[in-house]
Amino acid sequence: MKRYIAFVALFFAPIAAHAQTGAAAPPAQVVVPPGDDDEGGLTGSVTDESAWQDLGIAIPSFATDANVATPANSEGTAALGRELARVITADLRNNGLFRPVGPDSLPRPTYTEIPAPAWGTWQARSAEMLVQGYVRAGTDGRLTVGCYLYDIALQSQLVREGWVVQPADWRRAAHKCADLIYSRLSGESPFFDSKIAYIAETGPKDKRVKRLAIMDSDGANHRFITNGQATALTPRYSPDYSKIVYLSYMNGNPRIYIYDIGSGRQTMVTQSSNPTFAPRWSPDGKWILYSMAVGGNTDIYRVPATGGESQRLTNTPGIDVGGSYSPDGTKIVFESDRSGSQQIYIMNADGSDQRRISFFGGRAATPEWSPRGDQIAFTHIAGDLRVAVMSPGGGGLRHLTNGWQDEAPPWSPNGRIIQFFRTERNSGNTSLWQVDLTGRNERRLPTPVGASDPAWGPVLP
Amino acid sequence: MRNTVTVLTVVSALALAGCASKPKELPPQPATVDGSGQVPPATGPIPGSNADFLAQMQGRNVIYFDTDKFDIDADDANALRTQAQWLQRYPNKRATIEGHADERGTREYNIALGERRANSAKNYLVSLGIDAGRLGTVSYGKERPVALGSNESAWAQNRRAVTITID
Repeated sequence: MKRYIAFVALFFAPIAAHAQTGAAAPPAQVVVPPGDDDEGGLTGSVTDESAWQDLGIAIPSFATDANVATPANSEGTAALGRELARVITADLRNNGLFRPVGPDSLPRPTYTEIPAPAWGTWQARSAEMLVQGYVRAGTDGRLTVGCYLYDIALQSQLVREGWVVQPADWRRAAHKCADLIYSRLSGESPFFDSKIAYIAETGPKDKRVKRLAIMDSDGANHRFITNGQATALTPRYSPDYSKIVYLSYMNGNPRIYIYDIGSGRQTMVTQSSNPTFAPRWSPDGKWILYSMAVGGNTDIYRVPATGGESQRLTNTPGIDVGGSYSPDGTKIVFESDRSGSQQIYIMNADGSDQRRISFFGGRAATPEWSPRGDQIAFTHIAGDLRVAVMSPGGGGLRHLTNGWQDEAPPWSPNGRIIQFFRTERNSGNTSLWQVDLTGRNERRLPTPVGASDPAWGPVLP
Repeated sequence: MRNTVTVLTVVSALALAGCASKPKELPPQPATVDGSGQVPPATGPIPGSNADFLAQMQGRNVIYFDTDKFDIDADDANALRTQAQWLQRYPNKRATIEGHADERGTREYNIALGERRANSAKNYLVSLGIDAGRLGTVSYGKERPVALGSNESAWAQNRRAVTITID
């Protein structure tokens, strides 16, 4: 699982020429997109996006210096250049900020035009931004991908970067480029070069097979991890992507296992004659939170991820379950029905100072602390199940979805997008969805079969 | 032989009636059977087997709960008394109680809720004199519905604790 992408300074032939152009027209002069005005973060950044919702971005095929064979594409690096642009286009299309136009309806720039765009060609089109790039195959087979973002009206470069990847990782170079553009234009942290663990569901409602599966953030590179003989539920990537913690009925009873992605080995987190479930990592990967039912009474515990003594964090009659750490690891938001119905509570990471924060009617479940710290996503149950957010103080309730049954909302690594799964009435069919913090941009994530319990891992190094 | 066929027909008819009925009519009330006095027909299920248990219970191997609740009401208590009588007759038999929830809740909470329901049934059986060591519990949350619709009647049938004896 060594997944590092070599970062390259763009010293290559076509770029060298360009570096001078860039120096002549420093990107600092470029108009800064409105997102940067909302310095204080979330509340501001979610309210005003319509102004640049229509920011047009042209993304023509990436050029290549010589069309050579590569394991990444059967037709060679030229065809791969088009695929790279398509992946970037798809990434940028689906978050409500941009209006990208992909390579299939655009002229194809030459290799020498990459650092020096043919401005006339692009000014005749409606796009404000231009993404150009190239792909070259090295003698060792590795691919070098360069990515450039230009402001067409100002005829200047905003940012550029390059990466060296193994042919099998070519999509990661495209995601890195999409991340670069997204970050530069929105002022937000990147998130496309990341992975999602989830539960793949097949079969009829009363005999549904539930398997652990993983895929890239855009649904590509899909892989089943368990074979479906035992029901698997609620996976979570470790912060370093080396492991997945999840629930399995593999020995007949619900227990938490850690699946090591490199070795394929599974270990039980804690030996117990009681059911354990709802596992979560601490942000530093050192602890695992879990819930355990003893005599029907469920409480939250934590245990070192490497094994050892468990420590009980809650101690009330009723169901205390789940939990999500604040980004700094000092607090935990969790769910409890100690008041008579499911509600959301916050405690210190050692279990002290437990207090309820949800007081808006209905039930509130599955809280997830935003990686940015200032919002908590959860499932609001009032008739239907809907995804909602609130502040850690319990104020500012906003519903982001309006389905019949939408639940379990984890965050994207940059805290801008919330993922959830939607269950269809009667059939019980499940699917993965994403919604941005405005609630306006909702989209279904492509999965080969039914899907639930999505969990987003961090952005890859 | 004829006797067995008749029993099976009655059981499946009751099962069908159960599926179609309203929550309030669940579980179907079979004619009172004094299990202790009955000797299964020679051709019937092996005495002490789970098949025998199911035949004797006639639906009372399952108890039902209200939304988000786990308390034992009068119907549940009657069913559990019948289960306890069978378990007392076969003191070497162990049983697992499966707890379930309907689909209208979040996944992890429903696992906890199913566990709480299975323990309610277990604790009641223990209060009737069944050794706790003979009774296991397992929760399937909302993952294993028996009624497949998305309506009150289906949900009422899925909020249940099912006793299964171990052969």
